[in-house]
Amino acid sequence: MKALVAVKRVVDANVKVRIKSDNSGVDLTNVKMSINPFCEIAVEEAVRLKEKGVVSEIVVVSVGAKEAQEQLRSSMALGADRAILVETNDEIGALEVAKVLKGIVAEEKPELVLLGKQAIDDDSNQVGQMLSALMGSGQATFASQINIEGDKAQVTREVDGGLQTIELSLPAVITSDLRLNEPRYVKLPDIMKARKKQLDVKSPADYGVATGTKLNTIKVENPPERKAGVQVSSVDELVEKLKNEAKVI
Amino acid sequence: MSILVIADHDNKALGGATLNVVAAAQKIGSDITVLVAGHGANAVAEQAAKVSGVTKVILADQAVYAHQLAENVAALVAKIAKNYSHVLAASTTTGKNILPRVAALLDVSMVTDIIAVESANTFKRPIYAGNAIATVQSDEAIILGTVRTTAFEAVANDTGSASVESVADAENAGVSTFLSEEILQSERPELAAARVVVSGGRGVGSAENYHAVLDPLADKLGAAQGASRAAVDAGFVPNDMQVGQTGKIVAPELYIAVGISGAIQHLAGMKDSKVIVAINKDEEAPINAVADYWLVGDLNEVVPELVSKI
Repeated sequence: MKALVAVKRVVDANVKVRIKSDNSGVDLTNVKMSINPFCEIAVEEAVRLKEKGVVSEIVVVSVGAKEAQEQLRSSMALGADRAILVETNDEIGALEVAKVLKGIVAEEKPELVLLGKQAIDDDSNQVGQMLSALMGSGQATFASQINIEGDKAQVTREVDGGLQTIELSLPAVITSDLRLNEPRYVKLPDIMKARKKQLDVKSPADYGVATGTKLNTIKVENPPERKAGVQVSSVDELVEKLKNEAKVI
Repeated sequence: MSILVIADHDNKALGGATLNVVAAAQKIGSDITVLVAGHGANAVAEQAAKVSGVTKVILADQAVYAHQLAENVAALVAKIAKNYSHVLAASTTTGKNILPRVAALLDVSMVTDIIAVESANTFKRPIYAGNAIATVQSDEAIILGTVRTTAFEAVANDTGSASVESVADAENAGVSTFLSEEILQSERPELAAARVVVSGGRGVGSAENYHAVLDPLADKLGAAQGASRAAVDAGFVPNDMQVGQTGKIVAPELYIAVGISGAIQHLAGMKDSKVIVAINKDEEAPINAVADYWLVGDLNEVVPELVSKI
């Protein structure tokens, strides 16, 4: 079966972001960018399914600026077969990204669509669910284990109280949680090979989707700062402070 | 403004998160309906009717909603939502699973993790793991959002007198089935709602040590127990105890971080706590930057001493 995996280029998880002085957004100039960690896990899972003989072809797709080609190449170095970049420099919301992905699903007809559960920049946690709704398929969000047998997928999900296992008819959309797997390190020969793999460039208009969003960001600001704390030198001092100063015990 | 709130529940009792969502809804308007979609959930509807500020409860009690599968519940919510200006759910795994699906069915954008209501269509939400706060304005005809429960104080659950109306809809998309669940049993308070949280990180060393050192402290303080992702990945505790961007977001009165260095990912889940205490052997640990009080020392000695002195 064919698997489609969506990946996003985001600020590297270890970067401490800075807010622009005009409060219009986060300053992304000269900041290290990477593949969103949850997306990397989704790619790794597709590759593992291919290694098990369940998946025959992996197509990775990204929606965004030209530079996202780097993340598509890394995904191909991990083991994806080919890539599609839906290139746009405009702002594009989660719903619009889901609509573009729906267009690609209609063309590629994958049985399995894998995404990360959320992007670590906008923290929305929406695209997989929205895509599934547009496809009219089943969805399994926050997946920590996937078993595919025939035309069904059994997925264990991380829910607030513990774990839940559901069964979906394929085609279906699954979003990965952190514990689904540990992505492999990419070797240099794989990076070289990935350079030769096919990468098609499209635009949102090719799928009849207008960019933009009806959620306008008016302002981005720093979170309120906590006042500086103090180091205490002994347990007695800590207990005294918690009792008499903070009054929490 | 007519607001539909999706109840958080387990078919037996109304989840505390719903009380925080109703509090957020009250900042938008006063016409608040709670939808209880479940199976054998009469008691939940009765509890929802007593919640302060709720004017109506809709009970959709059908076998297809028993486990709140997103496909079935989202179809129901999308149908009902057309009569409302706002649809809100808690930012729990259930709310996050269902609401974006409803949004796509209604062809509208959605706001995740609302932490403040500025006006009926303008909200604040954290982005970049809580390192930035965005103010967003929605131009959609129906405004959908999940609410970060720790950002709104729960309303009373015993002063309301709403009417309960049953609907017979039984949407079954037929694409998903519930198989099983493993729910963790604990006598301690629920992590997201606890007044005090004691959390352990990689520094506690092992599962045995986590319990040997932290259980007595949590018992003494009546606290819920949490963990950093490192402690979960190392197998010290199950993943539903994880506090952070990818786990639970907590804002208790007192958060005690033991053997936790304080990665961005973890701070996103607890830095809105009222008082933060860090116990760590590393003087340079990033957790100290957000802690109100920090103590440098060996947690295996410090924590038992703390237990004996409080």
